[in-house]
Amino acid sequence: MIGFPQSISGRVYAAILLILAPAPFIFEWINQPFYLDLLSRALILAIAVISLNLILGFGGMISLGHAAYIGIGAYSVGIPAYYDYYNGWLHLALALAVSASFALITGAISLRTKGVYFIMITMAFSQMVYFTFLSLEEYGADDGLVIYSRSEFPQWMTMDGGTSLYYWIFALLLLSLFFTYRLVYSRFGRVIVGAKFNEQRMQALGFNTYRYRLVCYVISAMICSLAGVLLGNFTGFISPDMIGWARSGELIFMVIIGGAGTFFGPLVGTIAFVLLEEFLSLITVYWHLIFGLMLVALVLYGKGGIHGWLSRLDRN
Amino acid sequence: MTEPLLKIHDLNKHFGGIVATDHVNLEVEKGLIHAIIGPNGAGKTTLIAQLSGQIKPDSGDIEFGGHSITGYSVAHRARAGLARSFQITSVVMPMTLLQNVMLAVQGGSGHSFHFWTPVSEDAEMQAAAMASLAEVGLEDRAERIAANVSHGEQRQLEVAMALAMKPRMLLLDEPMAGMGKEEGAMMVEILNRLRGDMTILLVEHDMDAVFSLADKLSVLVNGHIIATDTVENIRSNHEVQKAYLGDGHA
Repeated sequence: MIGFPQSISGRVYAAILLILAPAPFIFEWINQPFYLDLLSRALILAIAVISLNLILGFGGMISLGHAAYIGIGAYSVGIPAYYDYYNGWLHLALALAVSASFALITGAISLRTKGVYFIMITMAFSQMVYFTFLSLEEYGADDGLVIYSRSEFPQWMTMDGGTSLYYWIFALLLLSLFFTYRLVYSRFGRVIVGAKFNEQRMQALGFNTYRYRLVCYVISAMICSLAGVLLGNFTGFISPDMIGWARSGELIFMVIIGGAGTFFGPLVGTIAFVLLEEFLSLITVYWHLIFGLMLVALVLYGKGGIHGWLSRLDRN
Repeated sequence: MTEPLLKIHDLNKHFGGIVATDHVNLEVEKGLIHAIIGPNGAGKTTLIAQLSGQIKPDSGDIEFGGHSITGYSVAHRARAGLARSFQITSVVMPMTLLQNVMLAVQGGSGHSFHFWTPVSEDAEMQAAAMASLAEVGLEDRAERIAANVSHGEQRQLEVAMALAMKPRMLLLDEPMAGMGKEEGAMMVEILNRLRGDMTILLVEHDMDAVFSLADKLSVLVNGHIIATDTVENIRSNHEVQKAYLGDGHA
């Protein structure tokens, strides 16, 4: 694993990580603080996309409700903050516990279905979360909730300030990448990947595929909730708008753009998505049209997403 | 006569008006190769599906190693030691042969809720998988992708995976299906080597293979077992000849 990467894709990913590591100082140096905001948002989403890729790309479980876990994470910061509880550990623990419980219950039901039914039922559960937060007048309902201060941590790991928060995001991003990598190559990961390709065979080998998938779904939801905690702290304002199913759809697109079932695909896919969205909207107000057409072209011709494209360069 | 490893008691299965399994009683003794033959549509596949747990019988009981497994799921039966191969090749196509067999080793060795250690660093598991590949003569194909090897080799992989689970009994559903003469002969040789160490229930179309392999034969016609006997006796059984082998066969 360690060593200078030989493949083109490996070099590109190494270069991206090497640029991301000192990014705040680069942006400060060229005096463009706005880009730090943009990049922070992209990397937060990347963590969510990495978590979705774990079940979608590696496990073949296409969830159209993953934004719910971003919402659960964000409200785990917002609601305690509303009562003046700013302890960061409390926020993290709450996000992980609630997302795990919700994923366990909804996953236990959803994973009894396959294919398009799984897509629909995960979407239905996420809409349930959406409408729940939409109806909670106490916490702002559709007006949202302002978080006046970031989660509090010991001084050396504070989230206060753009650069500090960026390194929180970057650290959690690296952790989720590394965790996914270990998981996929472990015994557990082999079962998940095997069940994606041939569930009948995996059952005949003695694996209760349902149970393994459920655990995988819960792990994915917990990672996704971390992205929610970061997003709540980053925007300082949360609303049900971040949970809607269209949000979940965007997450799926980011997985596909980067390359489903690859380790760095979600990261490059998310960065590409966020940057394209940003710069197209600067050029023209009709950017949605261009963006949509590009996505269609990508799905039609870009087999394997950016990762697929990079690894084809390797083979030539 | 040793105690039978698998006992089927009065198994019945209907699909609407069609009787697929009709009061089937069968005992498979430990260490024997027991073959089930029968014309197309006799209900061989339905019977195998009930044994492996994919289809629930309407009535009757399946006993394995002294326990009723009728209520067990597919995965539970596999963990209980009843391993199967599929008539239509069913392996994880994008993985290598070694990875496929390692999955089978994993399946036969406790739960797989291990989240951290890479499988590739597990030398013990790798050695066990290589041993199973060697048993079917695929050791030099270990690193090939399953989708890229020949049909015959995929069939051998099926058997290697079943063996790698360290099962108490193999359920082989037409292991020679779609094989050429040479490949078929190779499979006969592989199964012959397992004789005595492994209990095998074999469903097979290839009569030459069945006659050279089986210690015991059961003949299934219209969902019902009309005879269970040694190969010689079945060959000379007039009823079997009429129902299955055709009048010209002797």
